[in-house]
Amino acid sequence: MGLLKKLSIGLFILSAAALLAACGDSNDNETESSGTGTDTVSISGSTSVGPLAEKLAEKYKEKQSNTNIEINQIGSSAGITNAISGVSQIGMSSRDLKEEEASELTETVIAYDGIVVVTHPSNKVKDLTMEEVKQIFTGEITNWNQLGGEDMEIVVVSREDGSGSRDAFQEIVGYSSGELIRNSIIASGNGNIKTTVATNKHAVGFISFEYIDDSIATLKINGVEATAENVLNQQYSLSRPFLFVHKDGNFTEAGQEFIDYILSPDGQKIVSEAGAIPVK
Amino acid sequence: MPSPSNENQIVDMKKSNKLKYFFESASEKLFLICAMLSVISLLLIIGFVFYKGSHPFVAEGYSFIDFIFGMEWVPSEDKFGILPMIVASIFSTIGALVIGVPIGLFTAIFLAEIAPKRVAKIISPAVQLLAGIPSVLYGVFGLAIIVPMLQNNFGLAKGQSLLAVIIVLAIMMLPTIVTVAETAIRAVPKTYREGSLALGASPIGTIFKVVVPAAKSGIMAAIVLGLGRAIGETMAVILVAGNSLILPTSLTDSVRPLTTNIALEMGYAFGTHQEMLFATGIVLFSFILILNFVLAKISSKGGK
Repeated sequence: MGLLKKLSIGLFILSAAALLAACGDSNDNETESSGTGTDTVSISGSTSVGPLAEKLAEKYKEKQSNTNIEINQIGSSAGITNAISGVSQIGMSSRDLKEEEASELTETVIAYDGIVVVTHPSNKVKDLTMEEVKQIFTGEITNWNQLGGEDMEIVVVSREDGSGSRDAFQEIVGYSSGELIRNSIIASGNGNIKTTVATNKHAVGFISFEYIDDSIATLKINGVEATAENVLNQQYSLSRPFLFVHKDGNFTEAGQEFIDYILSPDGQKIVSEAGAIPVK
Repeated sequence: MPSPSNENQIVDMKKSNKLKYFFESASEKLFLICAMLSVISLLLIIGFVFYKGSHPFVAEGYSFIDFIFGMEWVPSEDKFGILPMIVASIFSTIGALVIGVPIGLFTAIFLAEIAPKRVAKIISPAVQLLAGIPSVLYGVFGLAIIVPMLQNNFGLAKGQSLLAVIIVLAIMMLPTIVTVAETAIRAVPKTYREGSLALGASPIGTIFKVVVPAAKSGIMAAIVLGLGRAIGETMAVILVAGNSLILPTSLTDSVRPLTTNIALEMGYAFGTHQEMLFATGIVLFSFILILNFVLAKISSKGGK
């Protein structure tokens, strides 16, 4: 067979495959409620809230075996969009709603999560202002001696673009993804950030409260210690709510019962067991 | 005229022949289907990646040139430029070649030409075992040993760097280079060596002036295969690269090669961001395709 003939056959098959893929590709991002009637609650959204929601759903199913809860972790923004469009009954968000979103949705705070700035335990800097945190992550401050520490370069460690923790952190501290210092190390996941910071005395990063342990040092923000108490009394500002959002027209009794369960003492106990901060 | 029993036998034979032919053609078809499966999966993967990856450029009006040559990658601000990643991929691959090829080649020569059988029997399986180690373990090794080593010995602020990637990749491509090159060197006919030695050349001279040139195309194939291993590696690299979005200007810069960009962000990406990651996949795929084309050229040359 000639090369040309082979090539043209190959191209034909290729285009056919592409066409096939095009047809097969219908809405693979969206949650489909499986149509078992009123007892299915479809939830989608934040990957930070997701694990907590899974735990709650698991425990809830033990009590209410006739309710089927489907959870899809696709990120806060996508979850909110799904809740507005009605694809999902409930959206999960680990950031506050924007104005145009809030006008369409009803939100329920199911828990709080604190974010803490962490360094290597040997680092002498123990307290930062919010402004200093911003200057570190945007590259205006590049040496620890500018903050009263030793004379050594600061190595910024951040989460990847799209991560809910990163979005929340940037929103509270007040800088955008484009402003993040370019040579920062990007690590996927809280655990990865912790390991990187714990093994590098130059490093500074941010993690969720639930990941705090002795391998890293936690910093005070504006003199306030990073504790669950300080988040609840609103002294510690690096915190975010875990939200369930829903549209009133698209809300079933089963959904309401699930939210009621989460806010009950039983549900809130699971919240604190999972490492998040209970609402009450 | 055949007796009735004879006739029966013929009918039986015809029957069993029919059955035989049926099995024959059925198994042929089964094998064909199996063979087609891999081709179909290949085409489906290519089709899917290209369909997803080309969508932003075809339907959403993004410029492919800006994508390839753009310096900024900020998905949340709708900026998609992958030049730093392309450069990082190329630099880390070339760097790994510079370290890995001489070591791999010398190992192959040693195993094929110099080493006593007993020694080769120990080294050969060790090299092959190196190929079987899951790549994420290379990454963990790199993170636990190489990164702190660079940090402490070179006084770097961070060990996650282009250099760390190069070292890890160089180790990872060794088994590929060694096994393929060793086979090529062993395939050189004995008469070549005998002729050279008979003319008074030294053993080392024979190796480098006669044997290695004769095995050239096989050795080139080894290098290209090693290259393919290096450029496509993801899990090991993601842990030691640092994944910063800068155009690397020194060995100590932390980098983000194409593969890690996809692996790092695919988990959270949706919409255009996700499609752009598929587009990153297309670029990566093109590199691999070019490498395979080169490999095919080399091996067809070797056949002559």
